[in-house]
Amino acid sequence: MGKILLEMKNITKTFPGVKALDNVNLQVEEGEIHALVGENGAGKSTLMNVLSGIYPYGSYEGDIVYDGEVCKFGNIKDSEGKGIVIIHQELALVPEMSIGENMYLGNERGFKAKIDWNTTYMEADKYLKMVGLTESSKVLVKEIGTGKQQLVEIAKALAKKAKLLILDEPTSSLNEEDSKALLDLMLGFKKQGMTMIIITHKLNEVAYVSDKITVIRDGSTIETIDCHGPEKISEDRIIKGMVGREITNRFPRREGVEIGEINMEVSNWTVHHPLYPERIVVNDVSLNVRKGEVVGIYGLMGAGRTELAMSIFGQSYGILTGGILKIDGKEVHLKKSPTDAIKHKIAYVTEDRKGNGLILSQSIKVNTSLANLNSISTATVIDKDKEYAVAMEYKNKLNTKTPSVEQLVGNLSGGNQQKVLLAKWMFAEPDILILDEPTRGIDVGAKYEIYCIINDLAKAGKSVIMISSELPEVLAMSDRIYIMNASRIVGEMKASEATQENIMAMILKSGRGA
Amino acid sequence: MIMKSESIGAAAKKYMMIIILVGVVIFFSILTKGKILYAQNINNLISQNGYVFVLAAGMLLCILTGGNIDLAVGSVVCFTGAIGGVMMSKGSSAGIAVLVMLLVGLAIGCFQGFWIAFISVPPFIATLAGMYAFRGLSNVVLQGFAVGINNQTFLNLFGGGADCYVPDFLSTGGKLNMFCLLVGLVLALIFALSTTLGWKSRQKKGLAGASTAEKLTLVILVALMVWITYELASYKGIPTVLIWIALVLFVYNYITQNTAIGRYFYAVGGNEKATRLSGVNTKMVYFVAYANMGFLAGLAGILTVARASSAQPTYGQGYEMDAIASCFIGGASAYGGVGKISGVIIGAVLMGVINQGMSIVGWSANYQKAVKGVVLLLAVLIDVVSKKEKA
Repeated sequence: MGKILLEMKNITKTFPGVKALDNVNLQVEEGEIHALVGENGAGKSTLMNVLSGIYPYGSYEGDIVYDGEVCKFGNIKDSEGKGIVIIHQELALVPEMSIGENMYLGNERGFKAKIDWNTTYMEADKYLKMVGLTESSKVLVKEIGTGKQQLVEIAKALAKKAKLLILDEPTSSLNEEDSKALLDLMLGFKKQGMTMIIITHKLNEVAYVSDKITVIRDGSTIETIDCHGPEKISEDRIIKGMVGREITNRFPRREGVEIGEINMEVSNWTVHHPLYPERIVVNDVSLNVRKGEVVGIYGLMGAGRTELAMSIFGQSYGILTGGILKIDGKEVHLKKSPTDAIKHKIAYVTEDRKGNGLILSQSIKVNTSLANLNSISTATVIDKDKEYAVAMEYKNKLNTKTPSVEQLVGNLSGGNQQKVLLAKWMFAEPDILILDEPTRGIDVGAKYEIYCIINDLAKAGKSVIMISSELPEVLAMSDRIYIMNASRIVGEMKASEATQENIMAMILKSGRGA
Repeated sequence: MIMKSESIGAAAKKYMMIIILVGVVIFFSILTKGKILYAQNINNLISQNGYVFVLAAGMLLCILTGGNIDLAVGSVVCFTGAIGGVMMSKGSSAGIAVLVMLLVGLAIGCFQGFWIAFISVPPFIATLAGMYAFRGLSNVVLQGFAVGINNQTFLNLFGGGADCYVPDFLSTGGKLNMFCLLVGLVLALIFALSTTLGWKSRQKKGLAGASTAEKLTLVILVALMVWITYELASYKGIPTVLIWIALVLFVYNYITQNTAIGRYFYAVGGNEKATRLSGVNTKMVYFVAYANMGFLAGLAGILTVARASSAQPTYGQGYEMDAIASCFIGGASAYGGVGKISGVIIGAVLMGVINQGMSIVGWSANYQKAVKGVVLLLAVLIDVVSKKEKA
């Protein structure tokens, strides 16, 4: 057993009325990758905020022992001074500044009154090379992709002389290729003696990189699993710890659903980028969905899936240059507005709940009714009792966990926010639902419930298009799967014939592979 | 897991501005030896601040859409007032002048709203341009001079001159204005009844009944209405300007709380993209906010020139800031999506009381501005800090 670099002892953190952390213990050995897993709201981020000094010493109980001494961090600067650097889930880069400026923001080289730009860019280039980036540090951050931005964040952490690197959901906005590269980079750092803590929902990643796994549930440590121990680590094993029970089937079965007529059909759909019209984002796509059918669209991030969905939804994205949309066999020309799409009974449930989906400063009630206010108002006057009743109905139907529908959506966990978003669109009474990454960033238990809702929708005769970059989910939930790559549909197969292998093969075969 | 003490704390935060307002009133009552509560001063508080209530109601809608403000309202007040003044001095009837003033205000609002909503000119810049332009045009219309208004119908209807009060139809020859008393008491009764009936119907549908705080607020509000009624009745009765203020506040409170378009102001300010993807025409929402602001600036212009019995090129200066400050003091969020007419009323009254109190005490206008600034900062500070504690 190696040297213990960090030990968090009996950490308890209380917010007014809520005990977020209850006697949490965490031991991290020097030179290991330690995974922290748990459902949303279990307390992982709170624990890391305690460690990095965002919640200063004195606002929690318990001890942090780092490198043999008890630490009392008052703010982030203190913890960074010791070499503890946290990389948050949301990227914290200024898009309009160069990579080098970003890396040394708040930590400028030279003097306060005169920044030494030569040193800044030379050092920045050095760290960029370490994370495998070939870009010059003078390039603006907005000009590189999300994957590379994540690497810049890591380079920034290295520039702070990190000894203990904490990565909070580092791959949540990366595609599979970039994720893999990032994880490999982590393994490389480990060889050089760096200690890392990774928080993630993706259990395959946990299994891939980590030496030890600590499971947190409801603010308490449940167990620490040694990955090199005698017990073989399976995803089910980890899930059991996270949810406190064995989930025998992660995907509920859908039975006895009769698949009917073609409900919506898109043919030769071509969309160009809104700002760079010469760039084709959706290229000659044709697809259809039947009543009672769940159609999966599998593709990596950047394949054009969201763009396809949004362009169908009243041309909310891009410039449509060609294609025919048929609903119920009749050709329709939607005006350039979501209003028209909703009128034609199409709903688009966005992948970006916080940005495009919900009004966080408003209540569950207000969010639920927003897309269909007309149905509960007469002459534009809202019937508030009816509105309350509707919100309650969907809260109960979807099992949204909240004390009341007057609760602000911003205070809910990711899974419950997703349910509110679904409630909003179910209340809009669509026949065709396009669900874009409906289970992104939510925990296993909530995922299961979302799958059940999808099944219910199909049973009710709705047509469901589910966009996802999680292969197991697509395979288990769909009746039929379209595979999208590099802005084209590169294949279509029945779910019964699809396997992970032949889907990946199809993407690779389509030229510009994954 | 919510504790009882917490809900009391939350209630205190919710009613923080009311508590501060009461504190300020008590402070000035002591300082002015009770003069601020004289019937005449209550009357003046309402008459002098009519424009603030009207403009703040419109400004709230702009602010709701995302912290956007309209800097041009002061100049638009002056411009519409100037047009009306000149028209009436040339013999136009009050009715036509009023109609033209409102329409000109609306047209200006539509003009500015068009740039903001459909061309995406930042509201700050579009209305800054309007602020300069309409100040200049007011000067052009008035040719740099003051124009007196002596159309008695106009003055009586919109709170100018000595007779701008609702006459006492039920006079008994006594000191009290009986009509004012009757109207005030009837309104207080209607208010109390409709509120309690609302609670009842809520309970009948199985929803939460009235909380203690709500009941207490109702009692205080009704008492306040009765007291103001008595004060006004013992002076000259209902000032006509109060009718316009009450009408505007009632209508805009209803719009923001009960109608779909009202809901959209909040939705756009909360998350514009999500609102657009929910099938709401968000551009139209911006347009309506600014068009409406122009319309209300027209009404404020009417009240302003009536109160002064003249139109002058300097009128309306700084009015936009009074309206904006009332909204923010009243709890509107500088980021949009949060704010209520009831809060705006408190904000406007608070500013009015401070102005009036300092005038009675005899502090100079320069200090008054400094104090206003401090109050604005403190109000927003309390708002920000109390939100931080919650997080």
